[in-house]
Parts: sequence; C-alpha cells; structure tokens
Amino acid sequence: MAGAAGPGTGPGAAGGDGDDSLYPIAVLIDELRNEDVQLRLNSIKKLSTIALALGVERTRTELLPFLTDTIYDEDEVLLALAEQLGNFTGLVGGPDFAHCLLPPLESLATVEETVVRDKAVESLRQISQEHTPVALEAHFVPLVKRLASGDWFTSRTSACGLFSVCYPRASNAVKAEIRQHFRSLCSDDTPMVRRAAASKLGEFAKVLELDSVKSEIVPLFTNLASDEQDSVRLLAVEACVSIAQLLSQEDLEALVMPTLRQAAEDKSWRVRYMVADKFSELQKAVGPKITLNDLIPAFQNLLKDCEAEVRAAAAHKVKELCENLPAEGRETIIMNQILPFIKELVSDTNQHVKSALASVIMGLSTILGKENTIEHLLPLFLAQLKDECPEVRLNIISNLDCVNEVIGIRQLSQSLLPAIVELAEDAKWRVRLAIIEYMPLLAGQLGMEFFDEKLNSLCMAWLVDHVYAIREAATNNLMKLVQKFGTEWAQNTIVPKVLVMANDPNYLHRMTTLFCINVLSEACGQEITTKQMLPIVLKMAGDQVANVRFNVAKSLQKIGPILDTDALQEEVKPVLQKLGQDEDMDVKYFAQEAISAVAQRLRKLDCSAKASEEPSARGADKNHFLRPRGPGEDTGKGPAHQLHGNTRDTLAQLEIAELVHFSQSGD
Amino acid sequence: MSSSSPPVGAASAAISASEKVDGFTRKSVRKAQRQKRSQGSSQFRSQGSQAELHPLPQLKDATSNEQQELFCQKLQQCCILFDFMDSVSDLKSKEIKRATLNELVEYVSTNRGVIVESAYSDIVKMISANIFRTLPPSDNPDFDPEEDEPTLEASWPHIQLVYEFFLRFLESPDFQPSIAKRYIDQKFVQQLLELFDSEDPRERDFLKTVLHRIYGKFLGLRAFIRKQINNIFLRFIYETEHFNGVAELLEILGSIINGFALPLKAEHKQFLMKVLIPMHTAKGLALFHAQLAYCVVQFLEKDTTLTEPVIRGLLKFWPKTCSQKEVMFLGEIEEILDVIEPTQFKKIEEPLFKQISKCVSSSHFQVAERALYFWNNEYILSLIEENIDKILPIMFGSLYKISKEHWNPTIVALVYNVLKTLMEMNGKLFDDLTSSYKAERQREKKKELEREELWKKLEELKLKKALEKQNSAYNMHSILSNTSDE
Repeated sequence: MAGAAGPGTGPGAAGGDGDDSLYPIAVLIDELRNEDVQLRLNSIKKLSTIALALGVERTRTELLPFLTDTIYDEDEVLLALAEQLGNFTGLVGGPDFAHCLLPPLESLATVEETVVRDKAVESLRQISQEHTPVALEAHFVPLVKRLASGDWFTSRTSACGLFSVCYPRASNAVKAEIRQHFRSLCSDDTPMVRRAAASKLGEFAKVLELDSVKSEIVPLFTNLASDEQDSVRLLAVEACVSIAQLLSQEDLEALVMPTLRQAAEDKSWRVRYMVADKFSELQKAVGPKITLNDLIPAFQNLLKDCEAEVRAAAAHKVKELCENLPAEGRETIIMNQILPFIKELVSDTNQHVKSALASVIMGLSTILGKENTIEHLLPLFLAQLKDECPEVRLNIISNLDCVNEVIGIRQLSQSLLPAIVELAEDAKWRVRLAIIEYMPLLAGQLGMEFFDEKLNSLCMAWLVDHVYAIREAATNNLMKLVQKFGTEWAQNTIVPKVLVMANDPNYLHRMTTLFCINVLSEACGQEITTKQMLPIVLKMAGDQVANVRFNVAKSLQKIGPILDTDALQEEVKPVLQKLGQDEDMDVKYFAQEAISAVAQRLRKLDCSAKASEEPSARGADKNHFLRPRGPGEDTGKGPAHQLHGNTRDTLAQLEIAELVHFSQSGD
Repeated sequence: MSSSSPPVGAASAAISASEKVDGFTRKSVRKAQRQKRSQGSSQFRSQGSQAELHPLPQLKDATSNEQQELFCQKLQQCCILFDFMDSVSDLKSKEIKRATLNELVEYVSTNRGVIVESAYSDIVKMISANIFRTLPPSDNPDFDPEEDEPTLEASWPHIQLVYEFFLRFLESPDFQPSIAKRYIDQKFVQQLLELFDSEDPRERDFLKTVLHRIYGKFLGLRAFIRKQINNIFLRFIYETEHFNGVAELLEILGSIINGFALPLKAEHKQFLMKVLIPMHTAKGLALFHAQLAYCVVQFLEKDTTLTEPVIRGLLKFWPKTCSQKEVMFLGEIEEILDVIEPTQFKKIEEPLFKQISKCVSSSHFQVAERALYFWNNEYILSLIEENIDKILPIMFGSLYKISKEHWNPTIVALVYNVLKTLMEMNGKLFDDLTSSYKAERQREKKKELEREELWKKLEELKLKKALEKQNSAYNMHSILSNTSDE
C-alpha cells in the first residue's frame, strides 16, 4: 500500500477538474437514466463520484441542469437525490455557488411523496446555512416565497419548514415578508398545510423577536389550537411547549394558558392524548407556579379520562411529573393530589393503562422515601404483582431496582416469588421470554442464596422448554448468571445439570447441552471447559442424530480458542477429522469449517510458543478465566499463553466428570 | 393465586404442551372474542346524570294542529344520548327513545306535508346530536380490516334509526334543499365526512347513501365535498395510511366521475393524477382496489387522452415486493386495456410491455399467471398483433427464458402457448429473435462489464483526488515545518 500512489503525478491534478475524454457527461448521464431502477438508484447514490469526475464547473453547468430537468422518477431515486444534494456544496465549488443547488431541490420539495419532500427540505435547510446573507436574500428567500405561494399543497407544506432557517439572517423588510407568508400558511385552505405550519410554529417562534411572538405567533397559535380538524389542534399542543418557554409568567398566564386549558379538555381524545403525552415538557415550560395551579388539576382529569389511550399516556408521565415538582412541598402534593388517582388506576379496566402505570410507579419510591413507600406504595406494588395481566407484573418486576434502593427487595420477595413462578410458566412464550430476561437482574438483587433456593430450578426448566426461543434465551441467561455469581458457582450448580442433559432421549435437549457449552465455556474459562465440558462434547460426536453431530463440530470450533494445544491436538482434532468423514453433508461441512479454524488456531499457538521463551510465565498466573469475557473481546488472544492448566483442581474435576459419567450410565 | 401456584416440577402438567407451543392463538378463537366487541362514542363522557325520558303521546293520535308541535318535541327528546357501554343503565329511557325514533321514521316516510320549514332546524339538530361524535380510538391498534372483525358501534340501536330517519328525510318528496342548505352546510358535511372513518361497516354504508343524496341535492356543496374527499385521501396516502371509509368514498366518487361534463376540468384531472394514482401505493389497497380501478377506468372512458399519464403513473408505482398488489395492478391494467384506443396503446406499449415482461418472469406464479392471462383476452391479442414488431422483441427474452427455467409447470405450459401465439403473429421476426438470443445475452453481459469498469475508474479517481488533497495538505505542513519528506 505504501507509495502506491505517488503524489502529484496525475495529469488532472492541477486544475482539480475531471478528464473530459475519459468521462464524457453522456456516459455518466446514461448511468443516471438506466432503465433498471436499481442501477439508477445506485448511480444516484454515487452522484458525488460523478460530480467529482466532472469537476465543479461542469457539475454546475451540465449535471445540475440535467438533474433539475429530469425530476420525474421513482420516489426512491428522488429520495436518494434529495439526500445527496444536501452535501453537494463542496462539489459545486463551495459556499459561493451553493445557490446552484436550489433549483433541483426546489422541484424535489414539491413532489407528492412526503418522504422525498421532507428530505429535500432537510437538505435545503442544511444548504441555507452555507449561503452568505446576500445570497440568502437573493436566492434562498425567493425560493421560500415561491414555495409558500405554490398552487399545489405540497410546495406550501415544504415552505413551512424553511422559514425558521432564513428568518434570523434576513433584513427587517424581508423578515416582515417572511412573517406574512407564514401567517397566511397558518390559515391555509388545505388541512395538510395547516398541519405543516402548526408543526413548525414552535420552531419559528423561537427565532422571532419577542414582540412578534406576542403580537403574531400567539394569535396564530390560538387559531390553530381551535382549528376544526383535531389533527391540527393536537399539533398546536406541541407548539405550546416552545412558545411557553419564550414568555414571561404574566404573558403566559394571559396569552397561552386559556388555550392550553381548553386543549386539556378538548372534545377529541387525540388532543387530550397529546396534552398527556407532552405533559413533562409542558410542565417544564410553564414553570412550577402554573403547574400547581393549572397542570395538576388537568393531570388529574387526564388520569381519569374516559378514553383508555389518554389515561395510559398520562399514567406514563406520573413519575416524571412527580420528579419535576419543586422539592419543597413535593411530598404533600404527591400524597394528596396524585396518589389517590394512582390508586384508582391500579384497578383500571384497561390493561394498557395498568401496565403503563406499572412501568413507572416503582420510580415514585425514591421520591417519596422509605416510610411512604412501605405504607402507601407497597400495597399497590403487591396488588400489581398479582394483576391478571402478565405485562403489568412484568413491568413491576423489571423495575425492581428502584424499590431495592429504598426499602430493599426482601419486603417484596414473599409476593415476588409466586409472581415470578407464574410468569415463568405463562402459556404465552413471549411472556416467558420476557421474564427470563430479568433473571440476571433479579439474581443480582435477591442474592445467590435466595436464587439457588427458589429460582435456579426455574432457570434449568427453561432449558427444556417447548419453544426454541425460550431454550435459547435460557442458555444466554445461564451465561449471564455465571458472570454474576462466578465460576465456582457455575461448577457446583449449573455445569453438572447441563452436562446430564447430554444423555437426554430427546435430541433437542442434547443440543441444548451443546448450546449451553458454547456460551458457558467463555464464562467458565479453560479449566472447566477442558476438564468437564470437552469430554462430553467429544462423546456426543457419536450421536445418532446428524443435527447433534454437526452442532458438535460447531461447538468444537466455538470452544477451540479456550482450549490449549494439547487438548486441540490430541482430542479435538481426531474427532473433527472423523466428523469430516461423516455420511451427512452438513456434518461434513461444519466439521471442515471447524478443522480449518482449529488448524489456524494451532498455528497461532505454535508461533506464540516459539516467540516466547517462557510461554506460561504470565498467562497461567493471571487466572484470568475467572474474569467474564465480553462478547466483543477477541478470545483468540487471552488463553494463548495458557499452555498448561492449573492442576490444583484436577482431582475435584475428575470426580465430577465421573459423577456425570455414572449418571449417564445409570440412565 | 399466590399460594396455590404449583411447584416448578409440575409446570408442564399445569399447562398442556400444546398450549405452551402456542405462538399464535387460533384465529377462530380470536375472532370469536372480537365479534363481541363494541365501542361507545368518545364524546360520551361526564354528561352527569340523565334526565329520564317520559313517553309522549303518539303522533297519530294527535290532532293535526298539535302534530307539528309534538313532532318537534319528539325530535328534541331524541337529542338526549345514552351510554350503551353500560348495558343496564337507563333501560326504560333507551326503549322510549328507540320507539320514538321508529315512530319518527314512520311519520316522515308515510305522511305528506309534515316536513315544514320550521321543522328543519330541529331535524338537523337531532341528527347532528346523535351521529356527530369523536370516534373512539381503535380497540386494536394494528387492526387489519382483511383479517379482523371490526369493532361495532355500541349505540347502533339508536344511531341506525337516526340514519334511517335522515335518509327518509332527504328522500322525502317534501324535502327542499333550498331551505335545508341553511342547516346542512359545509361544517355539517365536514363532520359527516369524518364519520367515514368509523370502524362499523353498517354505519359507513348508511353514510355512503346519505352523502350520495346530499351530493345530488345540494349543488352548492359539490365542489366542497370533492375537495374535502381530496384532503381525506391525501392524508390517507401521505400521512396516516389509515382511514376506514376509503372504499365507500371511492364508490361515491365513481358515480360522481360518471357525471362529469366534458371536457374535463383541470381540477378533475389533477385529482386523478395526484390523488387516485398515488393511492395505489397504499398498504391496504386490497380493501378498495375494485372501487379505485372503477374510478380510474371511468376517467379513461371520459377522456382517452388520459391513458398515457395514467399508465405511466401506474408503472411508476408498480409494487416491488408485494405480489398480491402486483396481481391487482395487472387486473387494473387489463381493465384499462379493455377500453384503450389503439392510438393510445401505441404511446405506452413500450414501457407497459417491459413491465409485463418482468411480470411474466416473476417467480411468484400468481403474478406470472395473471400477466399471461392477458393473452386470453381477444382485444388485447388484437392490439398485440397490430404492434407485434414492437412487442415481440420486448417480450421474447423473458418468455424464452421462463420456458426453460420457471419452476412452475403451469406457467411453463402457458408460456409455450403464448410463444406459439406470438410466433403465429410474425414467424420471421420470431426466428430472427431466436437466433440472435444468445448474441443478445452476450451483449448485455458485455455492457454489464463496461459499467463495472466505468464505476471502478470513477472510484479510483475519487480515491486519487482524496489522496491528492491529503498530500497537498501534508506537503503544506512539511513546507511550514521545514522538513523535507520525499
């Protein structure tokens, strides 16, 4: 690679322009016009390469006009084009020529497909920043005005997103014009345009002078918030957040609050939902005083709204609302004005509402402190742990850490256990899957002893579940548990049970053993892998079922990096070679793969053994197999020095191996 | 629940294995559950305690002087709404309202001269009070109209009668649009159109007839109605992708288009090209494709010059991954070809048959089959025959390839028939194409290689330029720091 491209030898280097004879525009344009959409799309995605070949001059005079003229293509192609053009300034000669990019983007901003239009607007916004103030007024602002007064709604919709980027840098006269255009779009005939204007209202308000905000934006806001279409009204709620941040408390009370109060009681549930959904933002924007006077009562109404959607959205915000209350008096407000409503929601008729609440309610315990939690919240937690809907129970269990910090988990463990056991055996496998994922977290909080006593058997039962996804998750769960509790625990509780399954009459269970070994070997380290797991894997190479045999090959490949040369050479290699001669095609294939992987590994080990005089000096002492290894880490490096295992535990391990052996033969 | 949960070992006994394997509950079970679902209106809330209804005397028993007064009283009585989600409350009052509504329906349809000017206000007020409501959120957020049973309107026992009454009112010989337009105005129609999103098909069916009558009787509202439908469709296509009443609205439009005067106004053409054609991209096309195709064909029957833009539009939005939709598109193309004029056909034959050639070689046999069925259509065959010199070269490659490679024997058989037909149309051309087939393939391959070469060169150039930039920056740096670097 070094010296391959000598600098400054290319013929076109001086001018920076492309070589005309090599890349005639016709050829390139042919590519952009190819009949096959996919090829056309590929070409557009590499438009920058084409522009580079043409040089800045010809990109401006030939390529861009072509692109502007031929904008009638599949939306996918147009989307790619809109995206490319946003980063094209350098390719047309820098900021001085950025305005050359406006014509094609202007056409793109008028197409029907929303995705394309949005992307064109995004690119236009990007390019607007590269314009000088003069160029902005000469080229960009006229474009915005053209779009804003376009015939078809699409161009007017696009214009809405461009006002805020050109306003701050425009002269006062132009500013007035821009405001005028925005005003007329806010009362456009087409609801699509009003929606676009409403959704940009907040953004536009932020770049306006405060006086204009009060005199112009607020009336627009009030109008949009009482639009006949609820889809427009609900967008005004979003704008409310931005506008409220700009105004003083008095102005806020006089100009915005009447509208917000009205929105919270709108006849359309969509608008009320929006208020609930944006509640935290609104709360922060209006400040503590108005929150107490207005928002809390509004929130109470939302919590008992007639539509479950609205109640659920509000329930989601309970924790944030409480957190954001001023510290002084917070506890009283929550206890008197929020908690009574929450208690109602615990027995709501709609499961989405209950589960929304369950996902945040635990967070209240840190805010309310130990005593209140025990007295008021704990009964709610316990009720939710017994809820008929599994999602509610899951949400409670998944947030146990919050409570753990405040009152410790023991308070809950009596109710927790039945809930966990029931979820673990739920008829829906997705529920079982979800609870498995919380096992490592639970294990950490409940402690090893409690876990061994109550939950370990569940974890082992999942390994023989009927659904593969559950067995798979259970396997990964074991790995995480080992990372948490350490290798010694693994050796005593998990590994023997996993290995026993190697003799199960059901081949799916035998395969589970292999899958467990795949993930556990890393967590357990060389010692256990070599002494306990490897013999079982090797033995399974003689299984009747081909699926098991090729999984043996895969497993051997997987655990190869953990084993030392002796094991690889003496034990793994012969077995793989035998599998390589298997009658089954797949077994042969995976055996071959494994053989080459093992061979590579052996070569590596060989090299490092030669390179170092004392191969085991550093590695063996480090005892680093106790350290759990992250999935991204290169497993090929660590054990390279570990040519000789630690012999101390050999006896004990042999004993276990024999136990396993006995139980096998007794089966 | 907590204390009686079985120990882990008994788990498999507690829940049968088949239940555990579940994944998906059986559809029939789900459907049975869903059928019972119904919804109340979202508007119905915190109305407080209801005034109990007291039965009024029968209209037929009243003297003709009193009748008008009583009629209005009854209309006002029917403005009171009841909560049907609560099936035990206000039973008596609900029954009184139902009986009254029945009586009102009967009254306006059997008596002449009862719809007097003073009654219009009360009539429209009663209708508005009952049917205009915020539709509740869908019970099933991923409601699939093709699979799932719709959620039915709980207050249907009353609402149905109100719609019935509304229709009788509109259809009554006494009905006078000139008076009614004071009450049935743009705002009224706007709210009516929003109801088309109702999940209850019974309601949408009534709405369809009602809107059709209004469109027919209120000339002043026609442009407004069309524009609002336009907006609903645009929102459906580009914003929400969800609106339950698309098929019903299209059905109304079908008859509206039928009545368009010639030459077509620009507004109508724009509606075709910018709304109806993009509508083909919708996910749930299957639900309203028949109505949509009908509208499109109506347009083409009115004005044949629209054929080219329409077909090009369809080709632009041709489905790439959804075979089911592809079959629908092919169906629509056949409907269009059925009415196409030979001069128009010439304008689009090339792009169209390139697409058809892709369709016949689809590995989805239904798509291939649908496209090959074009050759069973006499009129299309005659068009092909007239233009065989153009069409055969486009089709030949893929037909030849499928006849050798397609996995489905039915398709292969069909392709042989098509090849035979085409051969009979122009044997000479067919032979030429057969003999040049290989050369053609090779030329394509060569072109492919050239393209790759071109892009490789372009990439190299890009790399070189990037390197140059780097080097010049580096050289600058070297000069500044005064160290020579070869």
